[in-house]
Amino acid sequence: MIYSLCLLLILIGLYGVVVSRQTLKIVVSILLMNHGVHLLLLLIGYREAGNPPIVDPGTSIASFASGAVDPLPQALVLTAIVIGLGVLALMVALCVRLYERYGTFDVTEIRRLRG
Amino acid sequence: MMTIDVQTLIPLFVAVPLGVSLLVQLVARRQHVLAEVLTITTLLLLTLMSCYTIGQSGIYHLGGWPTPIGIDMRLDALATLLLLIVSVVGLAVSLYSVDYMRRFTASSHFYSLFLLMVTGMNGVILAGDLFNLYVFLEVAAIASYSLVAFGCAHEELEASFKYIVLGSLSSALILTGVALVYGITGTLNLTHIATRIAAEGMNTPLLLAFGLFICGFSFKAALVPFHAWLPDAHPSAPAPVSAMLSGVLIKAIGIYVLARLAFNVFGVTSNELSLLRWLGLLSMVAGGLLAVGQKDIKRLFAYSSISQVGFMVLGLGLGTPLGLVGGLYHLVNHALFKPLLFLNAGAIEYATGTRDLKQLGGLNRQLPVTAATSMVGSMSIAGIPPFSGFWSKLIIVLACIESGFYLFATVAVLVSIVTLAYQLKVQRMAFFAALPKALEGIRREPPMMALAMILLAIGSIALSFAVLTGLSDPWLIGAAQQTLTAGIFGG
Amino acid sequence: MSATRKLRDHGTGMGMTVKTVTRWLKGPILLFGIYLVFYGHITPGGGFGGGVVIASAFILITLASGEATGLGIFGKGWASRLDSVGLLMFLVLGWLGTWWAGGYFFENFISTPKAAHYTLFSGGLLPMANIALGLKVASALFLVFTVLTAFHIAEQKPDSSEGHEEQHQEDDS
Repeated sequence: MIYSLCLLLILIGLYGVVVSRQTLKIVVSILLMNHGVHLLLLLIGYREAGNPPIVDPGTSIASFASGAVDPLPQALVLTAIVIGLGVLALMVALCVRLYERYGTFDVTEIRRLRG
Repeated sequence: MMTIDVQTLIPLFVAVPLGVSLLVQLVARRQHVLAEVLTITTLLLLTLMSCYTIGQSGIYHLGGWPTPIGIDMRLDALATLLLLIVSVVGLAVSLYSVDYMRRFTASSHFYSLFLLMVTGMNGVILAGDLFNLYVFLEVAAIASYSLVAFGCAHEELEASFKYIVLGSLSSALILTGVALVYGITGTLNLTHIATRIAAEGMNTPLLLAFGLFICGFSFKAALVPFHAWLPDAHPSAPAPVSAMLSGVLIKAIGIYVLARLAFNVFGVTSNELSLLRWLGLLSMVAGGLLAVGQKDIKRLFAYSSISQVGFMVLGLGLGTPLGLVGGLYHLVNHALFKPLLFLNAGAIEYATGTRDLKQLGGLNRQLPVTAATSMVGSMSIAGIPPFSGFWSKLIIVLACIESGFYLFATVAVLVSIVTLAYQLKVQRMAFFAALPKALEGIRREPPMMALAMILLAIGSIALSFAVLTGLSDPWLIGAAQQTLTAGIFGG
Repeated sequence: MSATRKLRDHGTGMGMTVKTVTRWLKGPILLFGIYLVFYGHITPGGGFGGGVVIASAFILITLASGEATGLGIFGKGWASRLDSVGLLMFLVLGWLGTWWAGGYFFENFISTPKAAHYTLFSGGLLPMANIALGLKVASALFLVFTVLTAFHIAEQKPDSSEGHEEQHQEDDS
């Protein structure tokens, strides 16, 4: 059930990319889509009524493995967020440069390449 | 010569270009000559290292952690083949860009980004872990987005924006596939995923993950209908970047990963491969037909890349050993002559200032090295014997007939004729036509650019001898094909 | 890419309240970021999260007191150099793992005695890698923010593309 909500977020982001007329709105929609994918990745590691995956001095490894939420997707999502940050910075820089060149944020007017 | 254990070499393929890229940023900010020297030395070193790994294989455990827990990097014959291609083409392109990038004032950033792209590609080729594959894929992709926009002219920014939006979409699809595979198999290591899938069979969620991977990596490989970014990105980028993108990037992060996942990890049957075959057919036809009407040289070559990638995917999608040999041989051929053609187009643009075929002509006498190497490249890509392109296309057609797909074989032959048509168009209009008044006094291409083009042309001619070692088992390519046909548990 | 970049200073930033609160808070925020980086091997956090918090302290200073003040504390050249140095440190730390016989890249060659588990000076290679990463992420994020907001192209080029202009200049010389 909750995975379908992640899918909904991804689809909303995809809709935003397809429909948006401004470059910055396209950037925000891609961000939204990335959020949906990260949420999906994170929720796959979830365990019902699980403990946070931190090992205290008193915990044994066996009880940790059987009771805690999976920590690997959390590390994966951290990396994916940082990658998304890099791509976001590059996209925003491109939008700024596009504005300086074409004078507009409107995607339908930035169409010199055709054929 | 001291024997270096291949185990120590494997992480260096990724660490060395990354380290030198950062060094160029630190040390050679203003001194362009130092940046050029560092880049060329690094790529020479990488070429020597990849030559050393021929015939060897191994698995490197990062951090000493054993396989199910840790991150692996695996080297086998297919990885060796692609590492060799990346290094050789990278070396030629970096030699070329010494002269070409002189007119940009921030050329040390170019070399830094270039080395970052090589790092990403090497990381994807050597990855033994699904998430590491994604991370290095993103490194290479981000470097290529920046390189396409490098000159900051109108078309470059627009093309880069289109490329980055479509690239981010495809990366999101790939990450969704990774999430699904992790959720079903519980591991990210390619070998373990392969054994789990072999044990439990392909169920519907895995089929969905495989479909997502095909969509995502077809974006990176520019298969039709996912090709929309390529005809804008490759012509607008500076010529060495176009050569690198079209020659190695779409193969190393597109076709290589598709082949790896399809054959070594998922272990697909002929049903799922039929999707690859049809995608290849569509790309061949659409790319070829769209290329005929182009007036811009680089845009024509970009559509031609789409068409040739269709050939490769058709060969890979056949699944038979002969088909795999054909697909891989065409991959290696294209990786040598497409960068050559793009470097030629760059030399033409450098000398004459225009890429429009209608304004060019008579360059046979004005740019002799460009003309000669362009003739070699065009004959090879058009499939004229005895050049290497003829052999790889012949193998693909024979493999289609051998598997009983007569429709695919006929279409492949027809598209080869179309390829010949547009290559002859370029040759006629750019090189053999009468010299227009405006182009009388252009100077010849600088020596470094000529050296790079001659290097690639010699490599292309040398490849046509590779088939002499046996049609179904050429040197290096046969070994790579065997790792793919070894099937699951190899991945 | 020959455009010169001029610093765009909108004045002295925001109002008195914001400046005062920033003066109180920049220390604790920076300290919190450093804590996240240093304790990254025991508590959640590590190089990425800690680096972002450190960068946000500098971004807060820039937003509150103006771009000139922010760049005066952490200049563009310094940020760029620290960026590369951070990642080079990370690579060198990883490469050090290969010096031991049978060593691998990123192998944790400093072993922690049992008594020192769960304390600050444990975990071998990890805290040093966290520090290098925190340095890189903080300087990279601050650099991205500064370049995107505080600089703009001084001369607007005419409508033709810049690459062709540079090529014509080269033909004349």
